[in-house]
Amino acid sequence: MSLWEYANPVKFIRTTDKVLPWVWALTGICLVTGLVWGFFFTPDDFRQGSTVKIIYIHVPSALMAINAWLMMLVASLIWIVRRHHVSALAARAAAPVGAVMTMIALATGAFWGQPMWGTWWAWDPRLTSFLILFLFYLGYMALWEAIENDDTAADLTSILCLVGSVFAVLSRYAVNFWNQGLHQGATLSLDKEENISDVFWFPLLVCIAGFVLLFIALVFLRTQTEIRARRTRALLAREGQA
Amino acid sequence: MRALLARDLMLAIRAGGGFGLGLAFFLIVTVLVPFGVGPQTDLLSRIAPGILWIGALLACLLSLDRILALDWEDGSLDLLATAPLPMEGIVSVKALAHWITTGLPLVLAAPVLGVLLSLPLPAYQWVVISLAVGTPALSVIGTFGAALTVGIKRGGLLMSLLVLPLYVPTLIFGAEVARRGAEGLTVQAPLLLLAGISFGVIALLPFASAAVLRINLR
Repeated sequence: MSLWEYANPVKFIRTTDKVLPWVWALTGICLVTGLVWGFFFTPDDFRQGSTVKIIYIHVPSALMAINAWLMMLVASLIWIVRRHHVSALAARAAAPVGAVMTMIALATGAFWGQPMWGTWWAWDPRLTSFLILFLFYLGYMALWEAIENDDTAADLTSILCLVGSVFAVLSRYAVNFWNQGLHQGATLSLDKEENISDVFWFPLLVCIAGFVLLFIALVFLRTQTEIRARRTRALLAREGQA
Repeated sequence: MRALLARDLMLAIRAGGGFGLGLAFFLIVTVLVPFGVGPQTDLLSRIAPGILWIGALLACLLSLDRILALDWEDGSLDLLATAPLPMEGIVSVKALAHWITTGLPLVLAAPVLGVLLSLPLPAYQWVVISLAVGTPALSVIGTFGAALTVGIKRGGLLMSLLVLPLYVPTLIFGAEVARRGAEGLTVQAPLLLLAGISFGVIALLPFASAAVLRINLR
Protein backbone atom coordinates (compact mmCIF):
# COMPACT_ATOMS: atom_id res chain seq x y z
CA MET A 1 0.00 0.00 0.00
CA SER A 2 1.69 3.14 -1.14
CA LEU A 3 0.64 6.54 -2.32
CA TRP A 4 1.57 5.63 -5.90
CA GLU A 5 -1.36 3.23 -6.14
CA TYR A 6 -3.52 6.27 -6.78
CA ALA A 7 -1.56 6.87 -9.96
CA ASN A 8 -3.82 4.20 -11.42
CA PRO A 9 -6.74 6.15 -12.93
CA VAL A 10 -9.31 3.49 -12.03
CA LYS A 11 -8.16 3.40 -8.45
CA PHE A 12 -8.04 7.19 -8.38
CA ILE A 13 -11.60 7.55 -9.62
CA ARG A 14 -12.91 4.86 -7.27
CA THR A 15 -11.26 6.42 -4.24
CA THR A 16 -12.13 10.01 -5.06
CA ASP A 17 -15.72 8.94 -5.77
CA LYS A 18 -15.87 7.63 -2.24
CA VAL A 19 -14.19 10.66 -0.71
CA LEU A 20 -15.79 13.42 -2.76
CA PRO A 21 -19.23 13.57 -1.06
CA TRP A 22 -17.52 13.95 2.30
CA VAL A 23 -15.21 16.64 1.02
CA TRP A 24 -18.14 18.50 -0.51
CA ALA A 25 -20.12 18.23 2.72
CA LEU A 26 -17.19 19.48 4.81
CA THR A 27 -16.60 22.29 2.30
CA GLY A 28 -20.21 23.37 2.60
CA ILE A 29 -20.16 23.24 6.38
CA CYS A 30 -16.90 25.18 6.65
CA LEU A 31 -17.81 27.81 4.10
CA VAL A 32 -21.32 28.39 5.44
CA THR A 33 -20.16 28.48 9.05
CA GLY A 34 -17.14 30.64 8.33
CA LEU A 35 -18.89 33.13 6.08
CA VAL A 36 -22.05 33.45 8.20
CA TRP A 37 -19.97 33.74 11.36
CA GLY A 38 -17.69 36.25 9.71
CA PHE A 39 -20.36 38.35 8.04
CA PHE A 40 -23.00 38.50 10.75
CA PHE A 41 -21.45 37.64 14.10
CA THR A 42 -18.21 39.60 14.19
CA PRO A 43 -17.95 43.25 15.22
CA ASP A 44 -17.02 45.95 12.72
CA ASP A 45 -13.46 47.12 12.82
CA PHE A 46 -13.14 50.44 14.59
CA ARG A 47 -11.43 52.10 11.66
CA GLN A 48 -12.41 50.02 8.64
CA GLY A 49 -16.07 49.59 9.52
CA SER A 50 -17.85 46.71 7.86
CA THR A 51 -15.41 46.51 4.93
CA VAL A 52 -13.13 44.42 7.13
CA LYS A 53 -15.42 41.49 6.36
CA ILE A 54 -14.01 41.24 2.85
CA ILE A 55 -11.10 39.51 4.59
CA TYR A 56 -13.13 36.28 4.80
CA ILE A 57 -13.00 35.90 1.03
CA HIS A 58 -9.90 37.87 0.13
CA VAL A 59 -7.35 36.10 2.32
CA PRO A 60 -8.44 32.48 1.69
CA SER A 61 -8.65 32.98 -2.08
CA ALA A 62 -5.23 34.65 -2.16
CA LEU A 63 -3.77 31.78 -0.14
CA MET A 64 -5.29 29.23 -2.50
CA ALA A 65 -4.11 31.15 -5.56
CA ILE A 66 -0.51 30.60 -4.48
CA ASN A 67 -1.03 27.10 -3.13
CA ALA A 68 -2.71 26.00 -6.35
CA TRP A 69 0.43 26.95 -8.25
CA LEU A 70 2.54 25.05 -5.69
CA MET A 71 0.32 22.02 -6.15
CA MET A 72 0.73 22.28 -9.93
CA LEU A 73 4.48 22.49 -9.41
CA VAL A 74 4.51 19.31 -7.32
CA ALA A 75 2.22 17.52 -9.77
CA SER A 76 4.42 18.59 -12.69
CA LEU A 77 7.51 17.30 -10.92
CA ILE A 78 5.80 13.98 -10.27
CA TRP A 79 4.86 13.78 -13.94
CA ILE A 80 8.40 14.54 -15.09
CA VAL A 81 9.99 12.06 -12.67
CA ARG A 82 7.50 9.20 -12.49
CA ARG A 83 5.28 9.86 -15.53
CA HIS A 84 1.94 9.20 -13.87
CA HIS A 85 -0.78 10.51 -16.14
CA VAL A 86 -3.13 11.29 -13.29
CA SER A 87 -0.53 13.69 -11.93
CA ALA A 88 -0.28 15.63 -15.19
CA LEU A 89 -4.06 15.75 -15.46
CA ALA A 90 -4.36 16.96 -11.87
CA ALA A 91 -1.97 19.82 -12.67
CA ARG A 92 -4.07 20.64 -15.69
CA ALA A 93 -7.25 20.47 -13.61
CA ALA A 94 -5.86 22.77 -10.94
CA ALA A 95 -4.83 25.58 -13.29
CA PRO A 96 -8.26 27.14 -13.99
CA VAL A 97 -9.21 26.83 -10.32
CA GLY A 98 -6.04 28.66 -9.35
CA ALA A 99 -6.64 31.30 -12.00
CA VAL A 100 -10.16 31.91 -10.67
CA MET A 101 -8.82 32.15 -7.11
CA THR A 102 -6.32 34.75 -8.32
CA MET A 103 -9.15 36.65 -9.99
CA ILE A 104 -11.23 36.53 -6.81
CA ALA A 105 -8.32 37.77 -4.73
CA LEU A 106 -7.67 40.62 -7.14
CA ALA A 107 -11.34 41.60 -7.41
CA THR A 108 -12.09 41.50 -3.68
CA GLY A 109 -8.83 43.37 -3.12
CA ALA A 110 -10.05 46.08 -5.48
CA PHE A 111 -13.39 46.31 -3.66
CA TRP A 112 -11.52 46.57 -0.39
CA GLY A 113 -8.93 49.00 -1.67
CA GLN A 114 -11.46 51.45 -3.05
CA PRO A 115 -12.92 52.57 0.33
CA MET A 116 -9.71 52.01 2.33
CA TRP A 117 -6.94 53.33 0.08
CA GLY A 118 -9.16 55.47 -2.13
CA THR A 119 -8.15 53.52 -5.22
CA TRP A 120 -9.20 50.34 -7.01
CA TRP A 121 -5.71 49.52 -8.09
CA ALA A 122 -2.21 50.50 -7.11
CA TRP A 123 1.07 49.21 -8.48
CA ASP A 124 1.87 47.71 -5.14
CA PRO A 125 4.26 44.72 -5.03
CA ARG A 126 1.67 42.25 -3.79
CA LEU A 127 -0.99 43.39 -6.23
CA THR A 128 1.45 43.43 -9.11
CA SER A 129 2.87 40.01 -8.39
CA PHE A 130 -0.65 38.60 -8.25
CA LEU A 131 -1.38 40.09 -11.62
CA ILE A 132 1.79 38.47 -12.96
CA LEU A 133 0.76 35.17 -11.37
CA PHE A 134 -2.55 35.47 -13.20
CA LEU A 135 -0.65 35.94 -16.49
CA PHE A 136 1.34 32.79 -15.71
CA TYR A 137 -1.89 30.85 -15.20
CA LEU A 138 -3.22 32.15 -18.52
CA GLY A 139 -0.06 31.14 -20.37
CA TYR A 140 -0.04 27.72 -18.75
CA MET A 141 -3.65 27.01 -19.69
CA ALA A 142 -3.17 28.35 -23.21
CA LEU A 143 -0.21 26.04 -23.76
CA TRP A 144 -2.26 23.02 -22.62
CA GLU A 145 -4.99 23.94 -25.07
CA ALA A 146 -2.64 24.62 -27.97
CA ILE A 147 -0.89 21.25 -28.20
CA GLU A 148 -2.70 18.28 -29.63
CA ASN A 149 -0.55 15.39 -28.46
CA ASP A 150 -1.41 14.73 -24.80
CA ASP A 151 2.01 13.57 -23.66
CA THR A 152 3.83 16.39 -25.42
CA ALA A 153 1.44 18.87 -23.85
CA ALA A 154 1.99 17.38 -20.40
CA ASP A 155 5.78 17.49 -20.82
CA LEU A 156 5.92 21.03 -22.14
CA THR A 157 3.51 22.46 -19.59
CA SER A 158 5.39 20.79 -16.73
CA ILE A 159 8.63 22.39 -17.83
CA LEU A 160 6.83 25.70 -18.28
CA CYS A 161 5.49 25.31 -14.75
CA LEU A 162 8.98 24.73 -13.35
CA VAL A 163 10.55 27.63 -15.23
CA GLY A 164 7.52 29.80 -14.51
CA SER A 165 7.81 29.12 -10.78
CA VAL A 166 11.37 30.38 -10.74
CA PHE A 167 10.40 33.48 -12.66
CA ALA A 168 7.31 34.07 -10.52
CA VAL A 169 9.50 34.13 -7.42
CA LEU A 170 12.00 36.39 -9.21
CA SER A 171 9.20 38.75 -10.21
CA ARG A 172 7.92 38.80 -6.66
CA TYR A 173 11.26 40.10 -5.40
CA ALA A 174 11.77 42.35 -8.41
CA VAL A 175 8.50 44.22 -7.89
CA ASN A 176 9.31 44.49 -4.21
CA PHE A 177 12.44 46.31 -5.24
CA TRP A 178 10.61 48.46 -7.73
CA ASN A 179 7.88 49.90 -5.55
CA GLN A 180 7.12 49.91 -1.86
CA GLY A 181 3.42 49.48 -1.60
CA LEU A 182 0.21 50.12 0.19
CA HIS A 183 -0.57 46.55 1.13
CA GLN A 184 0.03 45.60 4.72
CA GLY A 185 2.46 42.88 5.72
CA ALA A 186 1.59 39.45 7.03
CA THR A 187 -0.96 39.41 9.83
CA LEU A 188 -1.54 35.69 10.00
CA SER A 189 1.91 34.41 10.86
CA LEU A 190 2.01 31.74 13.52
CA ASP A 191 4.20 33.68 15.93
CA LYS A 192 1.57 36.28 16.55
CA GLU A 193 2.96 39.61 17.58
CA GLU A 194 0.86 41.92 15.45
CA ASN A 195 -1.78 39.52 14.25
CA ILE A 196 -5.44 40.37 13.91
CA SER A 197 -7.52 39.82 17.00
CA ASP A 198 -9.07 36.47 17.79
CA VAL A 199 -12.59 37.71 17.03
CA PHE A 200 -11.68 37.86 13.33
CA TRP A 201 -9.09 35.10 13.47
CA PHE A 202 -11.30 32.09 14.21
CA PRO A 203 -13.95 32.64 11.53
CA LEU A 204 -11.12 33.38 9.13
CA LEU A 205 -9.50 30.04 9.95
CA VAL A 206 -12.79 28.28 9.22
CA CYS A 207 -13.06 30.13 5.91
CA ILE A 208 -9.50 29.18 4.95
CA ALA A 209 -10.29 25.54 5.73
CA GLY A 210 -13.41 25.88 3.58
CA PHE A 211 -11.44 27.25 0.63
CA VAL A 212 -8.80 24.53 0.93
CA LEU A 213 -11.52 21.87 0.92
CA LEU A 214 -13.26 23.58 -1.97
CA PHE A 215 -10.02 23.53 -3.93
CA ILE A 216 -9.49 19.83 -3.18
CA ALA A 217 -13.04 18.99 -4.19
CA LEU A 218 -12.83 20.95 -7.43
CA VAL A 219 -9.45 19.47 -8.37
CA PHE A 220 -10.67 15.92 -7.68
CA LEU A 221 -13.77 16.51 -9.73
CA ARG A 222 -11.93 18.15 -12.61
CA THR A 223 -9.26 15.45 -12.64
CA GLN A 224 -11.97 12.80 -12.84
CA THR A 225 -13.51 14.72 -15.73
CA GLU A 226 -10.17 14.91 -17.52
CA ILE A 227 -9.59 11.17 -17.07
CA ARG A 228 -13.05 10.35 -18.38
CA ALA A 229 -12.71 12.75 -21.29
CA ARG A 230 -9.44 11.12 -22.28
CA ARG A 231 -11.01 7.67 -22.01
CA THR A 232 -13.89 8.75 -24.19
CA ARG A 233 -11.49 10.07 -26.79
CA ALA A 234 -9.55 6.81 -26.73
CA LEU A 235 -12.75 4.83 -27.17
CA LEU A 236 -13.87 7.03 -30.04
CA ALA A 237 -10.49 6.65 -31.71
CA ARG A 238 -10.77 2.87 -31.42
CA GLU A 239 -14.27 2.90 -32.90
CA GLY A 240 -13.00 4.97 -35.78
CA GLN A 241 -10.36 2.36 -36.58
CA ALA A 242 -12.74 -0.58 -36.51
CA MET B 1 29.24 25.51 -32.97
CA ARG B 2 31.10 28.23 -34.80
CA ALA B 3 29.81 26.93 -38.10
CA LEU B 4 26.25 26.98 -36.79
CA LEU B 5 26.68 30.55 -35.55
CA ALA B 6 28.12 31.64 -38.89
CA ARG B 7 25.27 29.90 -40.71
CA ASP B 8 22.61 31.59 -38.58
CA LEU B 9 24.19 35.00 -38.98
CA MET B 10 24.53 34.50 -42.72
CA LEU B 11 20.90 33.49 -42.99
CA ALA B 12 19.82 36.51 -40.99
CA ILE B 13 21.74 38.85 -43.27
CA ARG B 14 20.99 37.24 -46.62
CA ALA B 15 17.39 36.20 -46.04
CA GLY B 16 16.56 39.76 -45.11
CA GLY B 17 14.69 41.06 -42.15
CA GLY B 18 17.13 39.75 -39.58
CA PHE B 19 18.96 42.94 -38.74
CA GLY B 20 16.54 45.39 -40.25
CA LEU B 21 13.19 44.28 -38.98
CA GLY B 22 13.83 44.52 -35.27
CA LEU B 23 15.55 47.87 -35.65
CA ALA B 24 12.76 49.30 -37.80
CA PHE B 25 10.21 48.13 -35.25
CA PHE B 26 12.20 49.76 -32.44
CA LEU B 27 12.31 52.98 -34.44
CA ILE B 28 8.57 52.94 -35.08
CA VAL B 29 7.69 52.29 -31.44
CA THR B 30 9.81 55.20 -30.27
CA VAL B 31 8.36 57.45 -32.99
CA LEU B 32 4.80 56.49 -32.10
CA VAL B 33 5.12 57.22 -28.40
CA PRO B 34 5.33 61.04 -28.75
CA PHE B 35 2.22 60.89 -30.96
CA GLY B 36 0.47 59.02 -28.19
CA VAL B 37 1.51 61.06 -25.15
CA GLY B 38 2.14 64.47 -26.71
CA PRO B 39 5.32 66.32 -27.61
CA GLN B 40 6.11 67.98 -24.24
CA THR B 41 9.85 67.64 -23.77
CA ASP B 42 9.82 67.29 -19.98
CA LEU B 43 7.28 64.48 -20.05
CA LEU B 44 9.14 62.68 -22.84
CA SER B 45 12.50 62.94 -21.16
CA ARG B 46 11.00 61.53 -17.97
CA ILE B 47 9.54 58.44 -19.63
CA ALA B 48 12.28 58.03 -22.27
CA PRO B 49 14.32 55.32 -20.43
CA GLY B 50 11.22 53.19 -19.93
CA ILE B 51 10.07 53.68 -23.53
CA LEU B 52 13.46 52.65 -24.87
CA TRP B 53 13.40 49.52 -22.73
CA ILE B 54 9.87 48.58 -23.74
CA GLY B 55 10.66 49.26 -27.38
CA ALA B 56 13.73 47.04 -27.20
CA LEU B 57 11.74 44.31 -25.47
CA LEU B 58 8.98 44.35 -28.08
CA ALA B 59 11.48 44.39 -30.93
CA CYS B 60 13.13 41.35 -29.35
CA LEU B 61 9.78 39.60 -28.97
CA LEU B 62 8.87 40.27 -32.57
CA SER B 63 11.89 38.47 -33.93
CA LEU B 64 11.72 35.44 -31.62
CA ASP B 65 9.80 33.13 -33.91
CA ARG B 66 12.61 33.45 -36.46
CA ILE B 67 15.00 31.71 -34.07
CA LEU B 68 13.65 28.21 -34.53
CA ALA B 69 10.49 28.25 -36.66
CA LEU B 70 12.22 28.39 -40.04
CA ASP B 71 14.65 25.62 -39.12
CA TRP B 72 11.73 23.59 -37.83
CA GLU B 73 9.81 23.96 -41.07
CA ASP B 74 12.59 23.03 -43.49
CA GLY B 75 13.79 20.18 -41.30
CA SER B 76 17.26 21.48 -40.55
CA LEU B 77 16.41 21.37 -36.86
CA ASP B 78 16.09 17.58 -37.11
CA LEU B 79 19.52 17.45 -38.74
CA LEU B 80 20.98 19.63 -36.01
CA ALA B 81 19.44 17.38 -33.40
CA THR B 82 21.25 14.36 -34.84
CA ALA B 83 24.52 16.29 -35.10
CA PRO B 84 27.21 15.55 -32.50
CA LEU B 85 26.53 18.93 -30.91
CA PRO B 86 24.49 18.68 -27.69
CA MET B 87 21.06 20.29 -27.80
CA GLU B 88 22.05 22.73 -25.06
CA GLY B 89 24.84 23.99 -27.30
CA ILE B 90 22.46 24.40 -30.23
CA VAL B 91 19.96 26.51 -28.30
CA SER B 92 22.76 28.60 -26.78
CA VAL B 93 24.19 29.33 -30.22
CA LYS B 94 20.71 30.13 -31.51
CA ALA B 95 20.22 32.57 -28.65
CA LEU B 96 23.63 34.11 -29.30
CA ALA B 97 22.85 34.54 -32.99
CA HIS B 98 19.53 36.16 -32.06
CA TRP B 99 21.31 38.52 -29.70
CA ILE B 100 23.89 39.51 -32.31
CA THR B 101 21.25 40.14 -34.97
CA THR B 102 18.66 41.80 -32.71
CA GLY B 103 19.95 42.73 -29.26
CA LEU B 104 23.25 44.26 -30.30
CA PRO B 105 21.77 46.57 -32.98
CA LEU B 106 19.14 47.66 -30.45
CA VAL B 107 21.83 48.56 -27.93
CA LEU B 108 23.68 50.57 -30.57
CA ALA B 109 20.53 52.29 -31.84
CA ALA B 110 19.16 53.20 -28.41
CA PRO B 111 21.21 56.41 -27.94
CA VAL B 112 20.20 57.65 -31.40
CA LEU B 113 16.55 57.10 -30.62
CA GLY B 114 17.13 58.64 -27.19
CA VAL B 115 17.69 61.95 -28.99
CA LEU B 116 14.19 61.71 -30.43
CA LEU B 117 12.77 61.31 -26.93
CA SER B 118 15.01 64.06 -25.47
CA LEU B 119 16.63 61.60 -23.12
CA PRO B 120 18.48 63.47 -20.35
CA LEU B 121 22.24 63.57 -20.87
CA PRO B 122 23.41 61.42 -17.91
CA ALA B 123 20.97 58.70 -18.93
CA TYR B 124 22.64 57.84 -22.26
CA GLN B 125 25.40 55.71 -20.84
CA TRP B 126 23.06 53.92 -18.43
CA VAL B 127 20.49 53.14 -21.10
CA VAL B 128 23.22 51.63 -23.25
CA ILE B 129 24.80 49.75 -20.37
CA SER B 130 21.50 48.39 -19.03
CA LEU B 131 20.43 47.29 -22.51
CA ALA B 132 23.82 45.71 -23.14
CA VAL B 133 23.55 43.75 -19.91
CA GLY B 134 19.84 42.96 -20.19
CA THR B 135 19.24 42.05 -23.84
CA PRO B 136 21.18 38.75 -23.65
CA ALA B 137 18.67 37.66 -21.01
CA LEU B 138 15.84 38.67 -23.35
CA SER B 139 17.34 36.55 -26.15
CA VAL B 140 17.86 33.48 -23.95
CA ILE B 141 14.39 33.65 -22.38
CA GLY B 142 12.96 34.22 -25.83
CA THR B 143 14.71 31.12 -27.14
CA PHE B 144 13.00 29.14 -24.39
CA GLY B 145 9.64 30.54 -25.49
CA ALA B 146 10.42 29.80 -29.14
CA ALA B 147 11.43 26.23 -28.29
CA LEU B 148 8.23 25.78 -26.31
CA THR B 149 5.93 26.85 -29.12
CA VAL B 150 7.93 25.66 -32.13
CA GLY B 151 5.57 22.78 -32.91
CA ILE B 152 2.43 24.89 -32.83
CA LYS B 153 0.95 26.35 -35.97
CA ARG B 154 0.70 30.13 -35.69
CA GLY B 155 2.20 29.98 -32.21
CA GLY B 156 3.37 33.59 -32.30
CA LEU B 157 0.63 35.02 -30.13
CA LEU B 158 0.84 32.15 -27.66
CA MET B 159 4.59 32.67 -27.47
CA SER B 160 4.07 36.32 -26.56
CA LEU B 161 1.68 35.30 -23.80
CA LEU B 162 4.24 32.84 -22.45
CA VAL B 163 7.35 34.96 -22.84
CA LEU B 164 6.14 38.35 -21.63
CA PRO B 165 5.57 37.34 -17.98
CA LEU B 166 9.05 35.81 -18.01
CA TYR B 167 10.43 39.16 -19.15
CA VAL B 168 9.08 40.99 -16.10
CA PRO B 169 12.12 40.80 -13.79
CA THR B 170 14.55 41.73 -16.56
CA LEU B 171 12.41 44.69 -17.59
CA ILE B 172 11.99 45.92 -14.03
CA PHE B 173 15.68 45.93 -13.24
CA GLY B 174 16.76 47.16 -16.66
CA ALA B 175 14.35 50.08 -16.69
CA GLU B 176 15.23 50.80 -13.07
CA VAL B 177 18.93 51.15 -13.98
CA ALA B 178 18.07 53.49 -16.85
CA ARG B 179 15.64 55.53 -14.74
CA ARG B 180 18.02 55.93 -11.82
CA GLY B 181 20.80 56.82 -14.20
CA ALA B 182 18.59 59.50 -15.75
CA GLU B 183 17.88 60.98 -12.33
CA GLY B 184 21.53 60.83 -11.31
CA LEU B 185 20.96 58.31 -8.52
CA THR B 186 23.21 55.38 -7.74
CA VAL B 187 22.58 52.43 -10.04
CA GLN B 188 24.72 49.76 -8.47
CA ALA B 189 22.04 47.60 -6.86
CA PRO B 190 19.67 47.22 -9.85
CA LEU B 191 22.59 46.88 -12.24
CA LEU B 192 24.05 44.02 -10.24
CA LEU B 193 20.65 42.35 -10.00
CA LEU B 194 20.15 42.76 -13.75
CA ALA B 195 23.55 41.22 -14.40
CA GLY B 196 22.65 38.43 -11.98
CA ILE B 197 19.49 37.66 -13.93
CA SER B 198 21.34 37.72 -17.24
CA PHE B 199 24.11 35.40 -16.11
CA GLY B 200 21.75 33.09 -14.24
CA VAL B 201 19.47 32.81 -17.24
CA ILE B 202 22.37 32.24 -19.66
CA ALA B 203 23.73 29.51 -17.41
CA LEU B 204 20.52 27.63 -16.62
CA LEU B 205 17.78 28.28 -19.15
CA PRO B 206 19.48 26.54 -22.14
CA PHE B 207 18.94 23.26 -20.28
CA ALA B 208 15.21 23.91 -20.09
CA SER B 209 15.12 25.06 -23.73
CA ALA B 210 17.00 21.97 -24.85
CA ALA B 211 14.68 19.68 -22.87
CA VAL B 212 11.66 21.38 -24.40
CA LEU B 213 13.09 21.16 -27.90
CA ARG B 214 13.84 17.45 -27.46
CA ILE B 215 10.24 16.88 -26.46
CA ASN B 216 9.03 18.80 -29.47
CA LEU B 217 11.29 16.86 -31.84
CA ARG B 218 10.21 13.50 -30.43
